[in-house]
Amino acid sequence: MHLPHFLRVTRIIMSPVVQLLVKRLSISIIVLIGVSMLIFTIARIIPGDPARIALGPNATAEQVANLRDKLHLDEPIYIQYAKFVSDFAHGDLGISLYTNRPVTTDIAQFLPATLELVFVAGIFMIGFGIPLGILSARYRGRVADNIIRVVSLLGVSAPSFVWAVILMLLFAFFLPLFPIAGQISDTLPVPPRITGFLLIDSLLAGDFKVFASAAHHIVLPAFALALSGIGQAARLTRANMVETYDKPYIEMAQSYGFPEKRIANRYAFRPSLIPSLTIIGLDFAAMLGNAFLVEAVYAWPGLSRYGVQVILRKDLNAIVGTVLVISATFLVVNIIVDLLIAFINPRIRYAGRS
Amino acid sequence: MSKPILSIDDLKLTFKIYGNQVDVLHGISLHIAHGEKVALVGESGSGKSVTARIILGLLQELTAARISGSLQFEGVDLEKLSRRDRRALRGTRMSMIFQDPTSSLNPVYPINTQFYDVLRRGNAKISVKDARMRALSLLEDVSIPEPERVLDSYSFQMSGGMNQRVMIAMALANEPSLLIADEPGTALDVTVQAQTLHLMRDLVERRGTSVLFISHNLGVVREFADRVYVIYRGRIVEQAPTRELFHNPGHAYTKALMAAVPRITGGGIPDLPADNKHFEDPMVDRFREDVQ
Repeated sequence: MHLPHFLRVTRIIMSPVVQLLVKRLSISIIVLIGVSMLIFTIARIIPGDPARIALGPNATAEQVANLRDKLHLDEPIYIQYAKFVSDFAHGDLGISLYTNRPVTTDIAQFLPATLELVFVAGIFMIGFGIPLGILSARYRGRVADNIIRVVSLLGVSAPSFVWAVILMLLFAFFLPLFPIAGQISDTLPVPPRITGFLLIDSLLAGDFKVFASAAHHIVLPAFALALSGIGQAARLTRANMVETYDKPYIEMAQSYGFPEKRIANRYAFRPSLIPSLTIIGLDFAAMLGNAFLVEAVYAWPGLSRYGVQVILRKDLNAIVGTVLVISATFLVVNIIVDLLIAFINPRIRYAGRS
Repeated sequence: MSKPILSIDDLKLTFKIYGNQVDVLHGISLHIAHGEKVALVGESGSGKSVTARIILGLLQELTAARISGSLQFEGVDLEKLSRRDRRALRGTRMSMIFQDPTSSLNPVYPINTQFYDVLRRGNAKISVKDARMRALSLLEDVSIPEPERVLDSYSFQMSGGMNQRVMIAMALANEPSLLIADEPGTALDVTVQAQTLHLMRDLVERRGTSVLFISHNLGVVREFADRVYVIYRGRIVEQAPTRELFHNPGHAYTKALMAAVPRITGGGIPDLPADNKHFEDPMVDRFREDVQ
């Protein structure tokens, strides 16, 4: 209790959660270095000359040679990588051959729309998936459980681009409840760009009409993206909770006559959330990849569409930049999930303390 | 003596699993008087724990369980109560202590949270602050030295003996008239088990709580119970006041059970035959009128 000041500080610094954070961050940095080497190499060994693709069929051999020289394509790959690292240290990812702009500018423009879509999908995944799983476990073996299980299996078994098309047909075409595509109505002015997230920028500008339109536009693509995650989260929550229901502490809660709802929502749910959360975190990150196809279906102006274009054009710098940004987002999401788990699992929070 | 707190008459239990019927209880009858400590002794699978769960009304929630017979608790026919009224008794008029205290406490909530839920069963409007005060005094009653620290701890941070004390405090928190102890402390080591049992006995004697004590451990039963029922394969084979039972066991199974207790003086692992036609002999009832 009455430790000297410096000792108390070390206790906080060395608290298990901080240790966990430090460990996860250092692992993430190593992973990012590995990913950068891998994608840097792969981008350069897939067939096709990026300079030739960028300049088109009418360019002269001299022009192509000039561009190759500018891109350092004729130098050994480790020299190229060293140059990439030194540029990266200055916040420079090079010029995109597709847009002719710095890759960082492109990413800054397209990433927010993708993150916005993935975040809303993530909210759907957690907001629908987990409660459905809880209900399913609470009424296990009964009608509600069977319906939820069939529906979530459907969600898991079809890929999100299929759902994107189905939802678009059903709720935008046959039953025009939602707009077909795009991020906002064409007739509305785009609010000044502050965060790049349309939902947030429109609120910051106080323009509720734009906000409503943006929210209206994001529902279908986000739902299509979230459906497999909803199914997965529901199934996982159910499975883990059914297992938890067999634990002695649930029988004890029942023997004390605690309300069934409280037993489900607290006593059984929280211990079950710990194993579910890791997988839900991975699913959340996987949506970044699935967003590629959903964005294509809904003409969503996000990073994924940009990513597809640059891969098709073998736009080296843009490929490396896009992949790195997506990997980094993936790692950040995983760190957040680990911290959440530490928050709800006292065994991690108090590990190593007496 | 006064009317019994609990009386069970001809209780039968059958599990129906995939069309197969498994008879678990073949019509057992037992009663517990006010303030009496009654033990139900038998080997695992004999039907001790299911009896406890039927009294609490937990087994009735299983669709596979078929239950018949009568259960009277404090003069009320339990089987005539609605599910809701039945649940209202749990944690208030009757409560239960489990085998392994550490795994019976929720690992992700501190003791305080669980104690609050227990106390709310007795008084739905109790404030968080009052509940904490009450929990502290209850923990003092079970001789916990630092109740403040225990309330803010998680079950995995404490020893089994400490958790067992917490369980006892919770079970007695709402002053139930019947305490069911299902193999209490079997998961603990012998000395800690003895300590917590002494503590439990003192508390229930002081409060006049009736106890149904379920165990396979004859040594513990001898120290704790006033009267013993011996159960074998879903039938009560003998009942007698504790002293009498131990001095002069009447039924073949009871004799075998007593011979099966390993002795500290050696003699090898005793042998309890799995099958003996005398085990199916009719019940030996030595419940004397003067006790009743």
